[in-house]
Amino acid sequence: MKTRPAASIEVRGLRKQFGGNGVVAIEDASLSIAPGEFVSVLGPSGCGKSTLLRCIAGLESPSGGSIMVNGASVSGPPEGLGMVFQRDALLDWRNVADNLMLPIDFRHGDRAAVRERAAALLALTGLQGFENAYPAQLSGGMRQRVAICRALVDDPVLLLMDEPFGALDALTRDQMNIELQRMWLAEHKTVLFVTHSISEAIFLGDRVVVFTPRPGRIADVIEVELPRPRRLAVRASERFNGYASRIRTLFEGMGLLKEEA
Amino acid sequence: MKGNLTALAVLAGVFFLWEAAVRAFQVKPIILPPPSAVFADLFSAPAWYLGHAWYTLIVTLGGFALAVLVGVLLAVLIVESRLLDKSIYALIVALNSVPKVAVAPLFVIWLGTGAEPKVAIAFLIAVFAIVIDAVLGLKSVPPDILDLARSLRGGRFATLWRIRFPCALPSLFAGMKVAISLALVGAIVGEFVSSQRGLGYVILSAQGMFDTARVFAAILVLAAMGVALFWLIALLERLAIPWHASQKEHVHTS
Repeated sequence: MKTRPAASIEVRGLRKQFGGNGVVAIEDASLSIAPGEFVSVLGPSGCGKSTLLRCIAGLESPSGGSIMVNGASVSGPPEGLGMVFQRDALLDWRNVADNLMLPIDFRHGDRAAVRERAAALLALTGLQGFENAYPAQLSGGMRQRVAICRALVDDPVLLLMDEPFGALDALTRDQMNIELQRMWLAEHKTVLFVTHSISEAIFLGDRVVVFTPRPGRIADVIEVELPRPRRLAVRASERFNGYASRIRTLFEGMGLLKEEA
Repeated sequence: MKGNLTALAVLAGVFFLWEAAVRAFQVKPIILPPPSAVFADLFSAPAWYLGHAWYTLIVTLGGFALAVLVGVLLAVLIVESRLLDKSIYALIVALNSVPKVAVAPLFVIWLGTGAEPKVAIAFLIAVFAIVIDAVLGLKSVPPDILDLARSLRGGRFATLWRIRFPCALPSLFAGMKVAISLALVGAIVGEFVSSQRGLGYVILSAQGMFDTARVFAAILVLAAMGVALFWLIALLERLAIPWHASQKEHVHTS
């Protein structure tokens, strides 16, 4: 499949405060993401990691600092953006095939031009044969697969994922991690993946950006040097556990994890 | 289907008891005629009843169609504009508690004695249910889906047409089911106030002659019409939103 070049992201001194003197969600966050990189954003609930993603998506406007996607300042959703939400955000009244076509319909594009790509994506996620099924007929995992296919169908340059597997059971979640890695390896989109699972963040990411609790600041950025394609068994490896314990130590330092009562 | 048969059996039972009671207690026909007398009157002049029923039906459907059109338009304006939401919507909710039947005589003064004032009353009584449910529906889009639409750079109109509208359909149909019955009430009220035609007129003129059987016959036709109109909306609903949870038994057929 022919794809567009992936986007770069440049976040400098980002600050986000809700309301005039409301909650400060993010404080002084700076981050550079190279084209084609898979970056996990990890942090406790309510630490502003989703806000970071929403600012990059142009859904929230920063209170300070700057965000550039492909060198252009973000003011509103950038072109070629694919998003996946925690709840799949599928349209109940469209079947799987028509749900995939939503991005095309919104830009008045030619459905026929992406039909082949849509079929390939469905095949890649084991959804072939479900084109005519409605979301209500699908399991949680299948619904989220459709949502991911929808985010990819219009060949985005940037994929933003906001805890996409947070609502799935552990087994489905592992399966989705494998499939997402496979899709990413095929096209190397720039991906920003928000999660609160340490092992998911390490398993998927080239880098793991660790956030502090509110106001969210970047505590550390960890390079994950594990060869790809990674298999689930890698999670039992010494190196993987080294990363995990480094992150746990960070969280302990923030007072988020305590061994003794 | 089985439910319909049960309902029919219950109805037949009610008619049977009614007939038996009237005969057993020798109730005066002017107070309560037996169903046999009601049906006899009905079938003595079916074309005449049908003609009046047709008039009432047209008035009802006219008022209802107008209510859907204007109601949905108002709902869209209310949802799309903060200002209108705060001004008009509050007013509409307040106006809804005014007994609209009371203004019926005004429409005769304004619009004369033709079909127009009846359509206007049917419209006025039905439109509130449409506006209120349509606004509810248009506002019921999950925030994730609105974010998705924005991330796809969907404009206001595209979001309205492709997201808000389909999302509002279940709620809109709930409103239409209420509104169709209300439109029928409005049509009858209009015919009560001034008319030479329609089932409301039949009831009023039969009352003048103490022809109780005829009043009952007209009410029976009205009841049948009310049920048929409700079923019609329910059928449209099934065709329009087969994906919705309320239509579940129809979704899981594959």
